[in-house]
Amino acid sequence: MQLPDAEKAFDSLAKKIQADAHKDFALIGIHTGGVWLAERLHQALGIKQPLGTLDVAFYRDDFDKIGLHPQVKPSEIPFAVEGAHILLVDDVLQTGRTIRAAINELFDYGRPASISFAALADRGGRELPIAAQYTGVTLELPVDKMLELKCGKNGKLSFHLYDKSLPE
Amino acid sequence: MKIHIKNGRLIDPKNGIDAVQDIFIAKGKIVAIGAAPDEFQASRVIDAQSLVVCPGLVDLSVRLREPGLEYMATLESEMAAAVAGGVTSIACPPDTDPPLDEPGLVEMLKHRAKSLNQAHVYPIGALTQGLKGERLTEMAELNDAGCVVFGQSDGLLPNLRVLMQAMLYASTFGFSVWLRPQEITLTGDGVAHDGEVATRLGLLTVPVCAETIAIGNIILLTKETGVRVHLCRISSAEGLAMIRTARQQGLPITCDVSINHLHLSDMDIGFFDSNCHLMPPLRSSSDRDALRHGLLDGTIGAICSDHAPVDEDAKLLPFGQSEVGATGVELLLPLTLKWGAEMRLPLLNVLSRITSDPARILGIDAGHLSPGGAADICIFDPDHYWKVTSSAILSQGKNTPFMGMEIPGGVKYTLVNGHIVYEH
Amino acid sequence: MINRNPQLDEHGVLQHLLTTEGLPASVLLHILDTAESFVGVTERDVKKIPLLRGKSIFNLFFEPSTRTRTTFEIAAKRLSADVFNLNIAVSAQSKGETLLDTVNNLSAMNADMFVVRHAQSGAAHLIAKHVQPDIHVINAGDGSHAHPTQALLDMFTIRRYKRDFRNLRVAIIGDILHSRVARSQIHALTTLGVPEVRVIAPKTLLPKMVERLGVHVYHDMAKGLKDIDVLMMLRLQNERMKGANLPSPEEYFKYYGLTPEKLSLARRDAIVMHPGPMNRGVEIDSEVADGKQSVILPQVTFGIAVRMAVMSILAGNQV
Repeated sequence: MQLPDAEKAFDSLAKKIQADAHKDFALIGIHTGGVWLAERLHQALGIKQPLGTLDVAFYRDDFDKIGLHPQVKPSEIPFAVEGAHILLVDDVLQTGRTIRAAINELFDYGRPASISFAALADRGGRELPIAAQYTGVTLELPVDKMLELKCGKNGKLSFHLYDKSLPE
Repeated sequence: MKIHIKNGRLIDPKNGIDAVQDIFIAKGKIVAIGAAPDEFQASRVIDAQSLVVCPGLVDLSVRLREPGLEYMATLESEMAAAVAGGVTSIACPPDTDPPLDEPGLVEMLKHRAKSLNQAHVYPIGALTQGLKGERLTEMAELNDAGCVVFGQSDGLLPNLRVLMQAMLYASTFGFSVWLRPQEITLTGDGVAHDGEVATRLGLLTVPVCAETIAIGNIILLTKETGVRVHLCRISSAEGLAMIRTARQQGLPITCDVSINHLHLSDMDIGFFDSNCHLMPPLRSSSDRDALRHGLLDGTIGAICSDHAPVDEDAKLLPFGQSEVGATGVELLLPLTLKWGAEMRLPLLNVLSRITSDPARILGIDAGHLSPGGAADICIFDPDHYWKVTSSAILSQGKNTPFMGMEIPGGVKYTLVNGHIVYEH
Repeated sequence: MINRNPQLDEHGVLQHLLTTEGLPASVLLHILDTAESFVGVTERDVKKIPLLRGKSIFNLFFEPSTRTRTTFEIAAKRLSADVFNLNIAVSAQSKGETLLDTVNNLSAMNADMFVVRHAQSGAAHLIAKHVQPDIHVINAGDGSHAHPTQALLDMFTIRRYKRDFRNLRVAIIGDILHSRVARSQIHALTTLGVPEVRVIAPKTLLPKMVERLGVHVYHDMAKGLKDIDVLMMLRLQNERMKGANLPSPEEYFKYYGLTPEKLSLARRDAIVMHPGPMNRGVEIDSEVADGKQSVILPQVTFGIAVRMAVMSILAGNQV
């Protein structure tokens, strides 16, 4: 199956945000793919507020099933969340559970004025009432497939598809 | 009952016999070895083909836990365990509750044991009243009641003045004194050998010098008093060397080692295995190796089981709080055979350490197969390996560091005074 | 017979934290890395995360210790677990209930984790061996044996200030003989690749063959502190200050107490640690304890994050 070009999707995502987003917003990338995207967007859009990163491992709802994620990274939010307009960035939107966890975590830092969400790819399969305000590309994938974003050594982004049943 | 044991490999260390020979038993005694006596009509024939027929074993330390400690084990359970292990003569330490310091108590124990019609019981009389190390017991009276030797409880030697007097008094009557050498002021609350394992596990220790200092004192007092001394369950290479020197000087000192110390070291404590909470503590592997050789060269005269049944709950505690001791009377033969096999010794030499040698130390007529002598016999399969499990052990104590191990030597029959008291 | 390390399951996954001994460096580092993320949490306004919501954690303190118990309690509460403190020293044990009786009773109340402090070495191992397989045990100090979370928070602190373990000289100073902290520190330091670990103490406070644990033994502070990057002081228990181990706290302070003069013998950028509570003027001078090389207060802060990390890793490692 032909996967979309991640770089093209990124350009499209960046344009949509630039055209529409609140002027004074702050970016937060969700580990790991969302942080790559947020770093590129931060530069591309010339955002003044420092970049934040979130690792939602402590807020996931599948802890009882799979335990703690083996490589938890610290969440770093170098600005006041209270009253901020926040744009959350992640690579792939599927069930919406990661965004749920990210929103919960954000509220433990303070009460933001607004939260929007940008996803590089929306692949369908939602399990929660969550939508992205900005998407780079939209596609429908069977539930047994996993779409993953990778970042090459040259910084080039690309999509990869796996069977969920098989080890990566 | 007349019994004919045929086709067995008869091993009698005392008489130096290792040959396929038949034994004929009548009226509790061995009447002939080899050819049948005239007109011998056996009422029972035991075919001992491929089995070893040897004297019933003599175990120098078996705690029957009576009187007073029946929650740990009973005379019935432990006497049954003894004959299941091929043991027909047992010496029991005086550390019962109350201690064996009065003739009445000893007579009662002897009587109770005798009524069970199993192994012969030889109580070790208390050397001091209440084992408190202050006043001497009535040793001569106790001897009349059945105590053959006298001793103290574990790790509680009297002060040197009292000990010297007790030794002098015992020697007056020709009694030997049995002591487990351990200096109490160096023991404290110690539970493990003072070495790397205790350091890692943070366990309180009993240093080797607790044993060697006591041995040194006892050797000097032996010289002073002339009494015969038996040192029970020694644990260290250094202590062994001191005893070897004393014996070379002609001092009347013997010693034994337990099955545990013959095979295990402090490493076996692993992650706080309370089955390895023993006294003296399991020492280093070099100590263990020295003991194995000391037994080979005869410095150590006998192997004992140091049988100490403990109730289950008392071992389900942190190491330092768990009860000391392990069950063992059923493991005496297998673990002696295991030592012998590992040292590549002929069975004749191996079996002497649990038959004729301990009988001589205890001063009893046992541990040999002679026409006219009591028919105390153990018949076992040397090639049968069995796994130590709670259900395989008859003793009420189910705790041993050897739990789960495969060990050689399955007892098939045990005879005491010509009666088959155990049959498997 | 030596069994498999009772802390790990058959796949090498951590099920209990009983000692730092025998754990691979990867497990220790995973705890430290996870703790880094929790430090961020403890610096926020809302210091609580929902990770262990619905889990029941029992603090079983058979030996009184308000301080350690409190740090575990804070850690558990910040993870949203339900925490139950049992001061068993004064309850069940005095009624003749055995250690395992107590544990079985609490297991029946659907405990998920036990944090155990006990005066006997090996108590936590015993409990871990007998609990149901879905219950995790954390050793919060057993006799003179181990205190793994203390050692891990010490490692965390060292890494924060010195970054790399592999070029450090570390000295542990004081009552090694009775110290569970020292034993756990030694195993953690050697596992993490510290090339030189020293212990400095009078001979009455050193266990036999301690060098077998991989440490160099010194009896003299002047020699032992030379070129040292990290000084780990130990607490001297009151009952050991006068008697058969030591003649007096004064003499101990004179020869082994950490004063500014003695500290100047170590490297200039050396850090000073102490597991607390400190005996000022016995093992450490106030000027050092409160001085700029002291990292004793950060240790306490990191202790919460490290315990949160241990609890969440264990709770997530289901069989």
